[in-house]
Amino acid sequence: MPDATRRERLLRVLKTVTTQPLPADDEESLFESGLLDSFALPDLVTALEKEFSIKVPDRDLNPRKFDSIARIDTYLEDRAS
Amino acid sequence: MRAFLHGFGMHVPERVVTNAEIAARVDRTPEWIEGASGIRERRWAAAETSVADLAIAAAEDCLARKGVTAASLGMIILASGSARPGFPGPAAEVAARLGLESTPAMDVPMASAGGLFGMAMAAQMAAHFGDVLVIGAEKMSAVIESGELDPNTAILFGDGAGAALVSARPGPWEILDAVLHSDGQYRDSLAFDWSAPLRMNGLSVILQAARKLPSSIEEVLARQKLAASEVEVFLLHQANQNLLLRVAKSLGVPTGRVYSNVARYGNTSSASMLIAAAEWSRANTVAGTVVFSAFGAGFHWGALLAHAV
Repeated sequence: MPDATRRERLLRVLKTVTTQPLPADDEESLFESGLLDSFALPDLVTALEKEFSIKVPDRDLNPRKFDSIARIDTYLEDRAS
Repeated sequence: MRAFLHGFGMHVPERVVTNAEIAARVDRTPEWIEGASGIRERRWAAAETSVADLAIAAAEDCLARKGVTAASLGMIILASGSARPGFPGPAAEVAARLGLESTPAMDVPMASAGGLFGMAMAAQMAAHFGDVLVIGAEKMSAVIESGELDPNTAILFGDGAGAALVSARPGPWEILDAVLHSDGQYRDSLAFDWSAPLRMNGLSVILQAARKLPSSIEEVLARQKLAASEVEVFLLHQANQNLLLRVAKSLGVPTGRVYSNVARYGNTSSASMLIAAAEWSRANTVAGTVVFSAFGAGFHWGALLAHAV
C-alpha cells in the first residue's frame, strides 16, 4: 500500500543521491533515464539503509529492485511488513 | 601453521594503449573513459605473447628480487581467467620453462579473484609443499578483441602478470588470516568462454563488489580484532578507480590508504592485486598491517591479512 511519508522520504534520498530532477512517472527506469549509474546505485542502497534504518542483505542487491521509484517503494514496503 | 609473504614480482608488456586509441575504436572520448573508470592507459601484449609468457616474466622478476631459484620452489599456483581453454593449463608450461620437472604446478582458472585465492591457498600449502610461487597472469586484450569491441568492457582491461612468494620460512610479512567466499548465483553477471564476447552486467558487478569488498575486509579484520584505521595499506584488485574510492569510503579510511595504479594499467584481472603489491612494496618499507582483497567473476571474493614481522 502506498505510504505518503515513505514515498516522500524515498524521493528525498533519491534527490540527494542523483542531484537531478526525478522523473514524473514512478515507473520510469532510473537507469535508462540516466539518473542512476553503476556507481550511484551502491550509494543509493547505503542511503536507503540509513534513512529507513534497514540492512539490505546481499541477496537483495539486484539492480532490478531499485530500477524505478515504484520498485524501490515496493521493496521498502516489503521490508516494513 | 604459519606462513609468510617473502616478496612480489610483476611484468607488464611494453606497448601502452592510451584512452585515445581505445576511444577511437568504441565511439567514446578519452575523457569519458577516464571519468567512468579512472583509467588513462593500459598495456597490451603482442599477438604472439601468451599468458604463460607473461607469467614467466613475473615469476622470474619475483624470484630474482628475492634471490631464490626456481629449483627451490615446492609448488606453483597460476591463476588466469584469460588462458586459452583446454588442458593442460598454463601452469605446467610455466613450470617446465622455469626448469622444473616434477614440482606440482596448479592452475586456478579464476579471473579477478584468482590472485587472492592463490595466496590464501599457498598460505595453507606452504608448510607441506615448501615455498609456493603464486602467479596471476592475464592477456585480457585477447578477451576483449575476440569479438567486436564493447565500449563497456573494452575500456577497462589490460595485460600483465604479478607474482608472490609464500613460504613457511619466516619472511617480511606473516599471513595472519584470510576469508574467501563464492556465490555462483551471479555466475552470468560476468562471464567469458571464447565462444561469445565478454558479458558483464556492470550494475550487478559494481553493486555486489561495492558491498562485498568492504564486508570481507571488515570480516577478516574483526577476526583478528583489528580496525580498518589500523591498516597501513589496502592492496586491492584494481578494477576501477571509482570502486576503489567507494571501498575506502565504506571502510572510513583515507583514499590514500587504498593503493591504486589502475590509471596506468587498467584492470588486469587476477594479476592486478599482485602487480599493485609489487609496486607498493618496492616504494615502501613493510612496517605494519596490510590487507589484500579482490572480487571477481563467479562471484568470488575475499580478503587476506598480513602483518610486518
